Amino acid sequence: MEYLLLIYHSEAEGAKMSPADLSAMYGEYFKFTEEIKKSGNYIGGNPLKPTTTATTVRVRDAKKIVTDGPFAETKEQLGGYYLVEAKDLDQAISIAARIPGARFGSIEVRPILPRTQAVQA
Amino acid sequence: MDLEKLHREESGRILSTLIGLLGDFDLAEEMLQEAYAAALEKWPVEGAPANPRAWLIGTARHKAIDRLRRAQRFERKAEEILKTAEISVLPESELEKEMVADDRLRLIFTCCHPSLPLEARVALTLRTVCGITTEEISRAFLVPLATMAQRLVRAKGKIREAGIPYRVPLEGELQDRVDGVLLVVYLIFNEGYLASSGDALIRRELCAEAIRLGRVLCGLLPQQAEARALLGLMLLHDSRRDARVSAERELVLLEEQDRSLWHAEQIREGTEFVEAALRRGAVGMYAVQASIAALHANAKTAKDTDWPQIAALYDVLLRTHASPVIEVNRAVAVAMARSVEAGLALLDEIERREQLEEFHLLPAARADLLRRLGRTAEAVEAYRRALTLATNDMERRFLRLRIAQIEMQNAPARKREARPASEGGPYNKVGS
Repeated sequence: MEYLLLIYHSEAEGAKMSPADLSAMYGEYFKFTEEIKKSGNYIGGNPLKPTTTATTVRVRDAKKIVTDGPFAETKEQLGGYYLVEAKDLDQAISIAARIPGARFGSIEVRPILPRTQAVQA
Repeated sequence: MDLEKLHREESGRILSTLIGLLGDFDLAEEMLQEAYAAALEKWPVEGAPANPRAWLIGTARHKAIDRLRRAQRFERKAEEILKTAEISVLPESELEKEMVADDRLRLIFTCCHPSLPLEARVALTLRTVCGITTEEISRAFLVPLATMAQRLVRAKGKIREAGIPYRVPLEGELQDRVDGVLLVVYLIFNEGYLASSGDALIRRELCAEAIRLGRVLCGLLPQQAEARALLGLMLLHDSRRDARVSAERELVLLEEQDRSLWHAEQIREGTEFVEAALRRGAVGMYAVQASIAALHANAKTAKDTDWPQIAALYDVLLRTHASPVIEVNRAVAVAMARSVEAGLALLDEIERREQLEEFHLLPAARADLLRRLGRTAEAVEAYRRALTLATNDMERRFLRLRIAQIEMQNAPARKREARPASEGGPYNKVGS
């Protein structure tokens, strides 16, 4: 099964990190990504620019409404994601637990709706 | 063969095997119902089979294959099931017994998966592992039937859609997951033992089911010392079941219970489990609570209770599982071990922190200590406060009775003989 691992963290807290801590964390992310590539679980993944760069778009009555900022104001913000292939939820959880950001923020584990099911739905 | 009895006692085991074979909770449940229907029709005419369980599993499996074959797109799935087909029709053998045990353990871990909401874990375990009907569970938890049914449907849906595996967790994560399973068993027992209200018969059933689950876990996971501690704890509390409620259905405090009504054999067994757990190094929440329960259960009279040791054990519990509820229990033990004033001072301190404003046992415990100090007006006030918070009918009756007693005897306030406030139950419900 495919799972999307959504990495949430507090941008305010992240901004307080020292350059040394930041570069150590980038190193950890790089190492982790290499590991799940080697194990065959990796499908994709990216860090995101902060929510200050976010734009939210809605279309209502065929009219496009564009607003600044993220969809919802929350304590922790979406900061990146991995798309992984895992045998089951337990494996997805154990991969999520190894994401460096799990120690500071939270990882939401979401199963991907398979294409065949999406067509039926 | 009593089909009803078989259904009660075996449906959890049969269902776990079927879920293992079919890999689908709903399909397994539906097919098992059909197999029972077939049994109702055939057994009275043809006579019961030699191995009713294997017959039911075999019949349900065949019905599942038929069903899947009719739905063409599942053809491959049907082939897979056919491949594993012969297992279930084997006569009762060691191999089969072992497989059934493994299926059961897998099912318990699936139902208690931490990605399910806690209340759904409890309900799903009762429904699937214990075979209790949705209707009974809804009555036990005072939830409308439709709500409970919905809760179960959602949980099964999540197991399927999120890919919650049907297997025993790997070594590295086993310990965490076992703790989660023990918590569910503990909650089932507590619901039966303390139950905020509801049907007494079903509550009795919950205690029995929790103990049965505890036995299964001890049998399947012999290395888990905390599982033994939990089983011991449950057996010891449950051993008082006939003494803690009077013939008039009034709650009887631990101190006032007729100890000859305690089930001596169960106390012996419970104490053995606790000792075995401690020997294996159990030091967790259940082990400490069980040690306290063992001290209560093995005291010949209320006066013989080793309160200093009980107070010391609550200290241990507080260090590892700090909670204001445990502090209340400790304060009561201190009142008995040292002095009522010392206990009351601790309770007053907890009250000042205002963390337990909804917990009726705090004012109830205060009331009892105040009463023993002869401060009757304050005692009545505290009992009234407890009464506004308590939800259990029996506890409410007990509190009203206490108020009436004091008011009747309360000409000028005078000192009365000391009495413990604690009924000795597992008051420290997790999370409260």
